[in-house]
Amino acid sequence: MQKPILEVNGLKKYFDIKGGIFGRSVGSVKAVDDVSFTVQEGEILGIVGESGCGKSTTGKSILRLIEPTEGEVKFEDKDITQLSGEDMRKLRRNMQIIFQDPYASLNPRHTVEKIISEPLLIHGMTDAKERKDRVKELLEVVGLSGYHASRYPHQFSGGQRQRIGIARALANNPKLIICDEPVSALDVSVQSQILNLMEKLRDQFNLTYVFIAHDLSVVKHISDRVGVMYLGRMVELTEKDKLYDDPKHPYTKALLSAVPLPDPDIEKDRVILEGDVPSPSNPPTGCAFHTRCPLAMDICKEVRPQFEEIEDNHFVACHLYDETAQ
Amino acid sequence: MSEEILNINELHTHFFTDNGEIPAVDGVSISVNKGEVVGIVGESGCGKSVTSLSIMQLVPSPPGKIVSGSIEFKGENLVRSSKKRMKQIRGNEISMIFQEPMTSLDPLFTIGNQLREAIRLHQNVSKKEAIRKSIEMLKLVGIPRAEEVIDEYPHQLSGGMRQRVMIAIAMACDPEILIADEPTTALDVTIQAQILDLMKRLNEEKETAIVLITHDLGVVAEICDRVVVMYAGQVVEEGTTREILKDPQHPYSKGLIRSLPKIHERDQKLYSIPGTVPKPKMGMVGCRFKDRCEFAYDRCFEENPALYSIEGNRRSRCFLSDDPEKVVTENAEANIGS
Repeated sequence: MQKPILEVNGLKKYFDIKGGIFGRSVGSVKAVDDVSFTVQEGEILGIVGESGCGKSTTGKSILRLIEPTEGEVKFEDKDITQLSGEDMRKLRRNMQIIFQDPYASLNPRHTVEKIISEPLLIHGMTDAKERKDRVKELLEVVGLSGYHASRYPHQFSGGQRQRIGIARALANNPKLIICDEPVSALDVSVQSQILNLMEKLRDQFNLTYVFIAHDLSVVKHISDRVGVMYLGRMVELTEKDKLYDDPKHPYTKALLSAVPLPDPDIEKDRVILEGDVPSPSNPPTGCAFHTRCPLAMDICKEVRPQFEEIEDNHFVACHLYDETAQ
Repeated sequence: MSEEILNINELHTHFFTDNGEIPAVDGVSISVNKGEVVGIVGESGCGKSVTSLSIMQLVPSPPGKIVSGSIEFKGENLVRSSKKRMKQIRGNEISMIFQEPMTSLDPLFTIGNQLREAIRLHQNVSKKEAIRKSIEMLKLVGIPRAEEVIDEYPHQLSGGMRQRVMIAIAMACDPEILIADEPTTALDVTIQAQILDLMKRLNEEKETAIVLITHDLGVVAEICDRVVVMYAGQVVEEGTTREILKDPQHPYSKGLIRSLPKIHERDQKLYSIPGTVPKPKMGMVGCRFKDRCEFAYDRCFEENPALYSIEGNRRSRCFLSDDPEKVVTENAEANIGS
């Protein structure tokens, strides 16, 4: 039996909206609203959703790069939301992040060597020679060469920069890496190189990924389990084959049917959703999706559906699958 | 039956920068028939956007310049057209929508104002008539409460709605060609599905030809009739959507399609094209794709491949498809050092 490396329970992040002459809080944006999931060791958990659904905020809250408002995040059975800044910093050696934009996430005034050796120095590798060797080793692991260490980020292409970002994340042999849209800024042919690299590294170093992306095909390719988020809430979470072959939540169904496929022979029953995602500062009552849901019932407007296991390992938040509601 | 309305022939658009001359578009020929949806596909930097800007004569100049080639719109060469004539054509006979719906509307004017501007510039109608027409256009692109929206500002609308407004402006004068440069890239999938649906409907109802520039092969499969694949400033393959997606001939198109993660297939290791896209520079010898191509042989390093005709309208710029009698454009030697 595998043990969960990460447990997220009832995670909430509300951003205050300041307004009025005294700058008081006049409301809040519910970016993440009661999200729970667990990640097993060595697993890749994909999180998908449209822009503004709170997937990146979830990722950053796990690392406490954004301080969560409520809820607990357990990393190896330890609740990290209560840790002091210093303890958290020590723990981050085991939890790293890869960012979306390879152009903005590397300091343009530092050489690659400095970028990658910084986390080594912070986590106690004081010997300069040792650091240098480690940087070289890391660059080779991600498919670059040792001589790249003395160059600056602008001398690299997008794909190469993302490799540098990955090398930096790997520097201290982390156990968990949060990947926040790591390939969405890259071209298709480079994207597949990075995805293959990430899979190789997972096997090589026994890593665990939380893979956040908006591209459903990419998530399908890399993940073991996939969670779908809508307006700050997790609406469905299950193994990827189950999710893609037999989606339960009406939003997941619509999302999957909206993906254009590069195959002219596939005829699809497209569910085209009406309207836009509502504002997270004023989410609809009850189920957040009821305003666009083709199957909405009366209860959906009033009661928020529970995120429940309806089949083995298949969690859905929808009244359609809630027997007591029908 | 099909009548050609746009014919780009051997277009060369170069940029003159401090680091020398850069051939962003290097001998591109594309033709578009009436009512047809043509997709131009390629990765960033392959020259697809510069091609579309060239059609509209909107290439920033300096540093950009159309060095040679012609763009014929219904027999009229746009490269030689006067600024005044281009103004008449732009937005009226050929219109364009851009990738960023956030930045392509003026934040200081109401939606109605911006729509009316396009209509009154090209059609001799009263203000009242223009307002009526604006509302009609907004309804056509599926904007609810059109009567109110015309008095709103762009920031009050969501991304998908703004892209609809852009389409409404572009379609206001019933253009014959709509050039859409990555129209759905900045949008979410569910909104993308709505916009593609709308574009397809307009294409069918109004017989507007669409030139769709995109990097997403899924979008291409969705609405295009014909596809042109570009790589490093050149057209490398051309054919119907089905031909390109099901049976690509050029090694680059093959690699591109194989490297997509497929949603309906069990995992296998993802194929990836080694290396990166070369930076375009003057006087390149040999096939642009040679360094990344698994089939490259001596000839690929010595000669520039021409666009070889395979069958019907299918063409591929690869020596593997070379059949000496079928060469369409003999541009191999001519381009070197131009």
